[in-house]
Amino acid sequence: MKRTLILTALIAFVGAAVTVDESQARRIKNKLVKSECGECHMAFQPSFLPAESWRIIMDDLENHFGDDASVDEKDAVAITNYLVKHAGRKRRRKKGQPPLRITKLRWFVREHNHEVSRRAKRRAGTMSNCTACHRGADKGYYDDD
Amino acid sequence: MKSWNGVSAVLAVLYLSFVLTPAPAAAGPAQDQILKHYQDLAGADVTFSADRGKEFFMAKHTGGKPKSPSCTSCHTKSPLKSGRTHANKKIAPMALSKTKDRYSELKKVKKWFRRNCRSVLGRECSPQEKGDFLVYMMGQ
Repeated sequence: MKRTLILTALIAFVGAAVTVDESQARRIKNKLVKSECGECHMAFQPSFLPAESWRIIMDDLENHFGDDASVDEKDAVAITNYLVKHAGRKRRRKKGQPPLRITKLRWFVREHNHEVSRRAKRRAGTMSNCTACHRGADKGYYDDD
Repeated sequence: MKSWNGVSAVLAVLYLSFVLTPAPAAAGPAQDQILKHYQDLAGADVTFSADRGKEFFMAKHTGGKPKSPSCTSCHTKSPLKSGRTHANKKIAPMALSKTKDRYSELKKVKKWFRRNCRSVLGRECSPQEKGDFLVYMMGQ
């Protein structure tokens, strides 16, 4: 309990002090988004991808990185609206498709490349398992490594 | 003699209510509702079978996505144990005895049957397959 309080205070402090950077992301406040996007993996904060990426992902939930993650029409619309509204800025990139995997983004690769040990990778199972190392990741806090 | 008749009557009622109960003992009214939903879809002449449900759960299927040829790919071979999603997130055990709020919300049940039947078999499951599965898991 005490630990949670300290962590929460820390998050609030960091949140107030830091502007936009990869060490923290705005927390998801929508219940539907949090629960629906957080069933198979942590609900990734929408600021990690630009709006066009979220649209593409939400348009093909039947083929969601190798799984069927479809939701009903009404929920899909509500979730897409939230993700697009809170999406990140468009990043400069070479020609081609908008990015679909956060773990393939240039800054992500740069940040994790030499820092994550093989043991940590094995424990996490996949690079998209943020909370394996960043314990406050589901609340948008990543600056704990 | 009379009192014996009374006792056997009570026993008979107990026995009948046991035999005629649609869902296994662990299931509550919410689970009964879900089961009834699939019974209505399957038709009254279909009897759901836990054994068939188990066979279906354990089987290796074709037609689905390569990462998930079986229910057990993610849920493990024991309904009493927790599983893992492809993103390595824990899945609560499928057995109702282990996860008490399972099979209590129709929207959720429908969603996961749709997703996972497509992922594992590449098609929707039939009402009978769903009923068999539910009876199996509710008895576990």
